[in-house]
Order: sequence, then structure tokens, then C-alpha cells
Amino acid sequence: MPRKAVSFVLPRLGMPQIVALIIIFAINSFLSPHFLELRVQDGRLFGSLVDVFNRGAPVALLALGMAPIIAMRGIDLSVGAVMAIAGAIAASLADSHALGFVLVCALGAGLMCGLWNGVLVALLGMQPIVATLILMVAGRGVAQLITEGRIVTFANTDLAWLGSGSLLGLPTPIVLTLAMLVLTLLVVRGSALGLLIEATGGNSRASALAGVGTRVITIAVYAWCGLCAALAGIVAAADIMGADANNAGLWLELDAILAVVIGGTSLLGGRFSLVLAVLGALIIQAMNTGILLSGFPPEMNLIVKAIVVLAVLLAQSPRLAGLGLLLRRRRP
Amino acid sequence: MNRFMPVLATTVVFGVGFAICSLIYPNFASPRVVMNLLTDNAFLGIVAVGMTFVIISGGIDLSVGSVIGFTTVFLALAIERAGMPPLTAFVVVLLLCALFGALMGAAIQYFELPAFIVTLAGMFLARGASFLLSTESIPITAPFYGELAEHALLLPGGFRLTVPAMIMLAVVALCAVLLHFTRFGANVYALGGSRSAAALMGIEVGRTTVLIYTLSSVLAGISGIVFSLYTSSGYSLSAVGVELDAIGAAVIGGTLLSGGHGFIFGTFIGVLIQGLIQTYISFDGMLSSWWAKIATGLLLFCFIALQQLMLLVARRRRPRASGAGAR
Repeated sequence: MPRKAVSFVLPRLGMPQIVALIIIFAINSFLSPHFLELRVQDGRLFGSLVDVFNRGAPVALLALGMAPIIAMRGIDLSVGAVMAIAGAIAASLADSHALGFVLVCALGAGLMCGLWNGVLVALLGMQPIVATLILMVAGRGVAQLITEGRIVTFANTDLAWLGSGSLLGLPTPIVLTLAMLVLTLLVVRGSALGLLIEATGGNSRASALAGVGTRVITIAVYAWCGLCAALAGIVAAADIMGADANNAGLWLELDAILAVVIGGTSLLGGRFSLVLAVLGALIIQAMNTGILLSGFPPEMNLIVKAIVVLAVLLAQSPRLAGLGLLLRRRRP
Repeated sequence: MNRFMPVLATTVVFGVGFAICSLIYPNFASPRVVMNLLTDNAFLGIVAVGMTFVIISGGIDLSVGSVIGFTTVFLALAIERAGMPPLTAFVVVLLLCALFGALMGAAIQYFELPAFIVTLAGMFLARGASFLLSTESIPITAPFYGELAEHALLLPGGFRLTVPAMIMLAVVALCAVLLHFTRFGANVYALGGSRSAAALMGIEVGRTTVLIYTLSSVLAGISGIVFSLYTSSGYSLSAVGVELDAIGAAVIGGTLLSGGHGFIFGTFIGVLIQGLIQTYISFDGMLSSWWAKIATGLLLFCFIALQQLMLLVARRRRPRASGAGAR
């Protein structure tokens, strides 16, 4: 089938997610009339809306790495632990080394973690849940080893800029996330890589027989996820100017998986959309912000999240999809 | 023979580990330490047994830790604030857990949803519900609790069998019978082997799936009761992340996450190995608790690598075997 070399058109499938995000924004601005207000101060954009994008950045970065993995029928439970490791490395090196060196070390560690996961899955044939469970359990221990169990703080303003500074009038995390989104899109959709990933997720054996290098692609995708997680960890550490190995990125792997699933990628593999995965992350963050704004106790947060997951799941359920198709046929 | 290899390996590792520990610390092989190993890990053992059923059937249950948390908060509120007798509260909370598990199982079966995500939603829901009930740690002062905590069976040799340890051993024994000697147990294995084949053989796949998740949640509820006995309190943040320890224990005990293989006894030993690591670290006093995580991760890796190797050998031996595990 002929394909355009580069196509950045939003998939037609994205409507439910966009509508959901708009509805949540509308509810939020109903609850707090100042929600949509934006103002520029000291050359930087401020406002609740910007906050949603800013706070959603780490999960969005994780979702960028997670989406291709889930499309390959995999899963990466270790991203939270990788965030903790990268944050710990960045925070403990920040005051004694140059920024470039710090970033290379932290990102390199993430890459190594991803490679380790990829090798376990692709070469040893482990199930992704188990393979990444190992790093999820051990990784937080490694992070605590790096920080020696303390909360490491740093004063390096260059590193802190990554978390709380601004670029082109936008907070740096937003710019970083956008840049990563564009970069991933260019690599994945600008070439046949995305197609090969989806093929592997659809049927790994058939793809291998058809000549797709499934092993190399699997390793590369996990490595990429590790890199994204490390970046998210650096941003999170830079934001609070410190690293807490116990709590950095705790349970964010679940949020990231949720974001990808809300973005319409099935856990059974196959098609995936990076833009929608990022939108999914924003939907989660917008809900969190909305609950805070509404004055409900933050304890409601988990319940609302659970209900949203269930709603998305039911919308994706093959049974209900069959039912919907039936209804649509009746009303032509 | 091959089937028993992982369990055998786990048992040997536990034996060797225990021997090394008692060589380093002369007081290690005492009745007190052994009994504490059982008491301290009772709640994990109970939950891991339920997880073993779920994993053998080819599923996963991420909600168990939250269900434990919910149970402890519910019990504390029902007994302390509502004045419910403890035994009635136990029955009520177990019924709630059973309903919760049945609903998750039904969602997985009848909406054809992945267990991972359904039980993830269940995890959020149960934890959120316990937050809504109370965010404080509530002490349970009912005299019944004090009596149960004091009560212990004295065995010859100075072994004190506490109530949590008794409950765990009973659960392990009963569930081992249920899994290995009943029709339901056979169905669980069949489901893990292949759902469609099981359905074609006439197994009631739907009923079995619902029952498996119900069992897992009820065991999580029992584990919550034990946890509240152990801590004499209810706290919505208790047992965070226990689901991963339970999965880890099952995997170390030789249960294949792809389903179809595993033993209750293996899981029991897996729990004891995790407990052994913790005990070693507390005996050492110099090592920090994060070494426990690293050691557990390493053990997980070794056991899974071993399993993978055995699968490979088995497949070499039967080159035309089915494509199971190709993915």
C-alpha cells in the first residue's frame, strides 16, 4: 500500500480522547472560573492550564516510551524505578560535575536499564511482565544504594532549569515533552519502524517469518522506553531539586500504562498512537487537577481514576464493540 | 520429574540459605526465629497462595494489596466505631471481598478484558475506598484482638505457633488440597494451559474464572484480617505493593507466569525465602533494607532464567512440540 513518507495528521480515531479532554477542561473551568486564564509574567506563560501540561509532562514522557512497547504486546513495569535511578544519579552528580556529564550519565543509566529489559524479553524470551518486574523490584533498591538511603538535594541551577525553568515562554518540561514527541514521531512514523512495531505486536512469529527483525526492534523499543523514563526522572528530580529514591516515580508506571490505554492502544498489541498516548497522560493530569480544584478530598482521586479506567475498558471491550457495530448497522 | 524441578530448586535454595544464615549467626536456627519467620510472613503467604491460583490460570491480580488495606480499615471502623463484634465483622468483610473478586472475574470473563488492567482498576478502587473510609491509622482495642494476639500453641521443642502462623498454615494446606486434588484445581490448570482448549473440553471457563478471582480476593481479605491482628490497627496505606511481593513469591516458587504450571508448596517456600532475606538483614544490622529489594530482584532473575532454560531444554527434546510459550 502506498504511504506518504511523512504524515503527521491526527488519526481519525482520536476524537473520543480529544472530546474527553475538552469535557474535563470544561468541567474544570466550571469548578474554578480562572482555570482557562493565561497570563504572561517575566516572559513565561502562567495559569492552571499550563500547570496541567507541566505536571503531566513526566507521565507523558513515560507514555511516549510505553506506547510502542504495549503495541508490541509488551509492558514495562520498571519505568518508575528507572525514574528513581536516573533522578538519583542526576541529583548526586549535579553539584560536582558539568551539566552535560550529569545528563549523559543519567540518560545512559536509563538506556542500560531499558537494554537489560529488552535483552531479557527478546533474547531470553521472558514474559515482559516478569522481566520488567525484576528491575521494578531491584531498581528502587539500586536507586537507594546510589543515594545511600538519603534524600539527595542539589543547588545546580542549570539542572533545576530542566524542571522549573522556561524556554520560549513555556515551562521547560512542556518543551522537552513536545520535543520528544516530535522526535519519536519522526523516528517511528517517518520510517517504516512504526509499521514493523505494529506488525510484531499483531503477530510476532508471522512478522519474524516475514523478515522483520523482531528481536532487534524489541530491544530498541525497550531501550527507548528506558531513555524516556530516565528523562522523566531527571525532570522530576530537577523540579524538586532533589532525589527521593523511595518515592520518585512511585506507581507512575501504572499511570503511564493507563495513559497509553486511554490513548486507545490495546494491551493485546497492534496499533498505537503516540499523540493519543500523550493526550491520555494529559487527561489523567487534568482529572487530578480537577479533583483538587473541586474541593473534593484528594482521596476521591483513585476512585475517579478507577471509574475512568473501567469506562475506557468497557469502551474498548470486544463484546461491547460488537454490540455497538450492531446498533450502528441498524441506524444507517 | 521435570515438573517438580523448579520447586525442588527453590527448596534447595531455601535450605542452603537457612544453613548459611545459621552458620553465620549461631542464634539463627532457634525455634523463635523459625516461628517468627512464619508469623511475620503470614499475611504475605496467604495472599501469595491466592495469587498462585490466579497465575496458574493464566491471569494476574494486582488488587490484592489494596484489598488488604481496605480490609484492615473496614475492620477497624466496624469494630471500633460501629461496635460490631469482631467475628461478625470478619464475615461481613470477607463477603465484601468475595463480591469484589467475583465482579473483577466477571468483568475479565464476560467483557473479555485483560486481567492486568481490570485488576489495576480494582487496585485503584479498593485503595480509594479505604482512603474514603479513613486516612488515619485506627487502633483496634477490642479485647478479642488482644486475646488472639496472645494466644499461641506451644509445640514440643519450644516452638510457639501464633494465630497468624496457624491461619497461614491452614490456608496453605487447604488450598494445596483444593488445587491439586479437586476438579476445580484441575480446571485452573486447564485454563492456564489454553482457555479455548479448556472450553472445548467442556470446562465451564466462565464459572472457573469468576471463582478464581473470588478466591484470590477472599484470601486477600483473610490476609487483611491477619494483618490487622498482627498490627492491631487499620490503616488505609497498609500493604502497599504487597501484590508484587506475592507475584515474586509465586515466581520464585516455580509458578510460570504464562500459566499452567505451579505448586502451592513452591509459593510457600518462595514466601519463606523472601522472609529469610529480611531476617538475615535484620540479624546483620549493618545492611540497609534496600539490599532486600536488590536480593529479591536477583533471586527473581535467577529463578526465571532457570525456568526459561528448562523450557528451552524441554523444547529441544521435543522439537515438534506445540508452539506454547513461543511468545
